[in-house]
Amino acid sequence: MTEMSGADMVVQALVDLGVDTVFGYPGGAVLPIYDALYKHPTIKHILVRHEQAATHAAEGYARSTGKPGVVLVTSGPGATNAVTGITDALLDSIPMVVLTGQVPTTLIGTDAFQECDTVGITRHCTKHNYLVMDPDRLGPIMHEAFYIATHGRPGPVVIDIPKNVQVATGTYRVPEKIEHQSYRPQVEPDADAIATAVAMIAAAERPVFYTGGGVINAGPDASAALRQLVALTGAPVTSTLMGLGAFPSDDGKWLGMLGMHGTYEANMAMNRADLIIAVGARFDDRVTGRLDAFSPDSKKIHIDIDRSSINKIVPVDLAIVGDAGRALDAIIAGWQDAGHKARDLGEWWRRVDGWRATRCLDFPEKKEAGADIMPQRAVKALFDATRGLDPIITTEVGQHQMWAAQHFGFSAPNRWLTSGGLGTMGYGFPASVGAQIAHPDRLVICIAGEASLQMNIQEMGTVSQYRLPVKIFILNNEWMGMVRQWQELTYESRYSNSYSDSLPDFVKLADAYGWTGLRIDNLGQLEDGIQKMIETPGPVIVDCRVAQLANCFPMIPSGAAHTEMLLQPSDVTGTMDDEAKALV
Amino acid sequence: MKIKTEAGERHVLAITVDNEAGVLAKITGLFTARGYNIESLTVADISSDHALSRITIVTNGPPPVIDQIIAQLERLVPVHKVVDLNDAGEAHVEREIALVKVAGTGEKRIEALRLADVFRAKVVDTTLTSFIFEITGNSDKVDRFIALMRECGLVEVGRTGVVAIARGPEAL
Ligand SMILES: Cc1ncc(C[n+]2csc(CCOP(=O)(O)OP(=O)(O)O)c2C)c(N)n1
Ligand SMILES: [Mg+2]
Repeated sequence: MTEMSGADMVVQALVDLGVDTVFGYPGGAVLPIYDALYKHPTIKHILVRHEQAATHAAEGYARSTGKPGVVLVTSGPGATNAVTGITDALLDSIPMVVLTGQVPTTLIGTDAFQECDTVGITRHCTKHNYLVMDPDRLGPIMHEAFYIATHGRPGPVVIDIPKNVQVATGTYRVPEKIEHQSYRPQVEPDADAIATAVAMIAAAERPVFYTGGGVINAGPDASAALRQLVALTGAPVTSTLMGLGAFPSDDGKWLGMLGMHGTYEANMAMNRADLIIAVGARFDDRVTGRLDAFSPDSKKIHIDIDRSSINKIVPVDLAIVGDAGRALDAIIAGWQDAGHKARDLGEWWRRVDGWRATRCLDFPEKKEAGADIMPQRAVKALFDATRGLDPIITTEVGQHQMWAAQHFGFSAPNRWLTSGGLGTMGYGFPASVGAQIAHPDRLVICIAGEASLQMNIQEMGTVSQYRLPVKIFILNNEWMGMVRQWQELTYESRYSNSYSDSLPDFVKLADAYGWTGLRIDNLGQLEDGIQKMIETPGPVIVDCRVAQLANCFPMIPSGAAHTEMLLQPSDVTGTMDDEAKALV
Repeated sequence: MKIKTEAGERHVLAITVDNEAGVLAKITGLFTARGYNIESLTVADISSDHALSRITIVTNGPPPVIDQIIAQLERLVPVHKVVDLNDAGEAHVEREIALVKVAGTGEKRIEALRLADVFRAKVVDTTLTSFIFEITGNSDKVDRFIALMRECGLVEVGRTGVVAIARGPEAL
């Protein structure tokens, strides 16, 4: 217990909590904390160019390491600029602590310069938030905030610290052991439920594992447990967008991603299954398609750390509240104790192979060197060229994101960073900055759309400043492709405001920031261009021109069932009714 | 296209929370953000050290929605406990208080007083041309009394909202 200023306590707490990196941007209301950081060179502060980017960089750091991301911003506009990333972290369950400056307590409520009601604004986009009115509370609150951000279902926590609380002195206290009075997430699964799950899996004739981001959040051991359980039971596996990497894409049991742009085999298997084992996934509308037609004949087991995710959208037969890894371990133990052997699922696999035979991810393309590059081909080429390099891939939001999810294969968790729940354009590039900071020697590639990239393109300066070798690979179709695709399918190709007009020359832009810029114009240049990107030290931006009007298939149109997938452009007929138009 | 809504049932939830700034906003905000109904909400500090408050919410929704409301409330960091008093069936007591001001003279005034007597409402203020009645009971009884008073010169009503507690010796 030592007497120190609030600002020193903040920094001391960060040191005590093992924080090595803070993403931030200074301003009047956080100057005392910036001054304290100046004296503490052990904490690396990454100066972004916009506070939204600080939050996404922190997400990228968190998602690629499993550790919480930390953000420091000023009051008012600093805090409001951070709101998008905070919400993104809430929806994708990313552990994050955001420190915001606030006007002095004596000025709160007076519309003071750069005052905003940060706790009010962030109340519903954080897992929890605090306004610290007393420096003596700073120590306990900092430690509790990190506990809440990282325990149970992870999420963002905001600590709003008035400037006079940063300057005033108090006693820095470290709580011995954090045991929150009311917040006690259930981590250990219920033993009876586990036994029931084992019996249900053993009895199933057409089982499917449906896994999500919760498996990634539960740590690499959970991914290992998933692989073991799949090997023991012989059942197929699909995953949500957020769960990619938990199960290796080159394994024969892998069906690919499910949902709106998932594979035919994954969606058909979900539809025809007699047992679905959902692990750390939340039955999002992008996954289920039309609810009344979702997996009609299956029993459902749902493993989730968040009890409110269970029965929220799809009623399940067996709920298991707990950590995904522990639950999977417990099921494995139960399976082995009971002496179960994998059932003969031959008939089920024959049906799966039948669906696989549609080769739903195939796409039409011309093969000559001068041909337009199909965006899917570009992703496949990128995947092929980086096999063995264990890259970390981030994406922006749009068609390119879905093509990356479909055609890039992952064999380990924490290598796939994408904005799933909020679908935030502008996420991918700053996330790659955060991932590269955490892994300075790894190959980090942001697969971007030309429109999304422009939402946080100012971070090129951050990359230059910290000499980060980030690679941006733009699938440049000159359209907000995903919007254009929906307009084509839903609004008879009335392309209202979806053309990416007045694009910058990305190669010259690279030059302006001291990066390397490359352009790939046709199929003949694709492989060499990618190779050049990989071999070039330092940051590289690749403007890969792709076929402009390609659409992302397969696709379950909004309001349709898993069995009503559009597999290719010719499956699209007529226009949508209002009911379908009203769905997102 | 028309927007469809679903029929629901009435549930009374008793929630204990940390007595700190922002908790009520968090809870009411959760109801608005997720589109849940609030028919009535009462809140007061209930512990000797002022550390805990009890919130009673009357809500309405189909059973899966009620289950979601409870799960969503339980995951809020400052929430200690959520109890659905309907789970105890009829085994809970509900009360609310209304202050009902009625103005008038002659036959209406006499009728108001007579009805108040039937409902065991107390007269807490009187002038030559008005009464204020205090009525305590479950929401139905209060509703019925107020409806009758409309015929007898009702001018103003204030209601506390529902507080409720389970029967029997156990605590929540
Ligand atoms: C911040 C934000 N605004 C709007 C959208 C809606 N939106 C989804 S995809 C998309 C187009 C993305 O275009 P681009 O980045 O070029 O990717 P493409 O679909 O062409 O691959 C838009 C506008 C969004 N997801 N995020
Ligand atoms: Mg585009």
